[in-house]
Amino acid sequence: MSYYESKDLKRFAEVGQFRPELMEKFFAYYNAVVGEDGALTKREKALIALAVSHVKQCPYCIDAYTTACLENGSNPEQMTEAIHVGAAMEAGINLVHAVQMQNAMRDKGAL
Amino acid sequence: MEAISTAQKAASLSQRFGFAEHLGRAALDLKPSVIDTLQINITKLCNQACVHCHVDASPRRREMMSDAVIQQVLEVLKANPSLQKLDITGGAPELHPRFRMIVEAARALGRTVMVRHNLTVTLDPHPISGESLQDLPDFFAEQGLVVISSLPYHQSYFTDKQRGAGVFDKSLESIRRLNQVGYGQPGTGLELHLVYNPVGAFLPASQASLEADYKQELWQHHGLVFNQLFALTNMPIHRFKVQLKKNDGYENYMEKLVGAFNPSAAQGIMCRSLISVAYDGQLYDCDFNQMLNLPLKCHGESRSIFDFHTTELQERSIQVADHCFGCTAGAGSSCGGNTIKQ
Repeated sequence: MSYYESKDLKRFAEVGQFRPELMEKFFAYYNAVVGEDGALTKREKALIALAVSHVKQCPYCIDAYTTACLENGSNPEQMTEAIHVGAAMEAGINLVHAVQMQNAMRDKGAL
Repeated sequence: MEAISTAQKAASLSQRFGFAEHLGRAALDLKPSVIDTLQINITKLCNQACVHCHVDASPRRREMMSDAVIQQVLEVLKANPSLQKLDITGGAPELHPRFRMIVEAARALGRTVMVRHNLTVTLDPHPISGESLQDLPDFFAEQGLVVISSLPYHQSYFTDKQRGAGVFDKSLESIRRLNQVGYGQPGTGLELHLVYNPVGAFLPASQASLEADYKQELWQHHGLVFNQLFALTNMPIHRFKVQLKKNDGYENYMEKLVGAFNPSAAQGIMCRSLISVAYDGQLYDCDFNQMLNLPLKCHGESRSIFDFHTTELQERSIQVADHCFGCTAGAGSSCGGNTIKQ
């Protein structure tokens, strides 16, 4: 038994047991954003969602968007590249904060 | 008469997910429509042994349609002008010693003849005789066959994972040879259709988007052309079912198919317009039912090609079980791809 069980994903809607109108609004918004072709295709949106799923390290989302990517015609190269985009962003976000470190060093006369 | 009947007697067939009940709830009464296609499975012998094959075909299988059954198939075609199409499948049907004779005879009767061609059979030696089949593209073109070929993806990884190492490269070489004799080329009238099916337990993407990807990738990277792409759903039977059970994924896959049940797709399912004939002459509602040993029934009795009566077949009840959800999920799945057009 772990905190994350794949079968729990199917129970997502149960969160709407209380204040159901809020969950209904969420699902309507969510489905409008990722469930339909718009300025971006569903395939492109699923790849973005897969990258975000990894950045946020959400097992439910990784499971769901691996399937969504495959069911929208993506291949392993595209899916892996999307994850690298997320990883590169995370690395870049870490590294760009080194400017803050350098600012602090400068404040202390160390740079 | 009830148009769809559940196959209660076939102990191995699951009715747990209630296909007939789903039809009932959607107020669908799916009677056979105009039966215009005779699909004949002439051999289970194949040069390949693909992980998803619903026929369990392989180089070790030896089932072959007999001369007597072949003659009767041709008699039935002759006597029933409404049967406009002969769809020849297997195994690899080209490995049957009478394959070319069947094609020539059906074409002489003026029928459209389709062959489920696995592409690699042109390049591999015959598994039994060792003979070369490299003249197949010329034969197909001479006869004006409609060629329908499985290519699970426009890249090697998914294709080879499903159909075996090296199959992708061989398939491309075979498509190149078909293109050279005119298949897929504008103005020739020679049709080459490719078939996509998912490499695992997920539903196919939209047929139109996959077709656009295939056309772009095969042309840009390999200079190859084809006419249409048919997107098929993996049927949860035989080898694919074994794979699902091994990965503990059968229940999830069935729930996915049931959840994607689409009444519009159900209306176009292929069992309404074709009759499937086994190598031994037994008649079935479709090739999947054939592989599950679920014969079609007229007045409660099975039928063979030797007692083929269109009127009686038109009034029969189609035999259904849980695997039928594979044909009704999403945009639907049939031998000709989606059952609803996007």
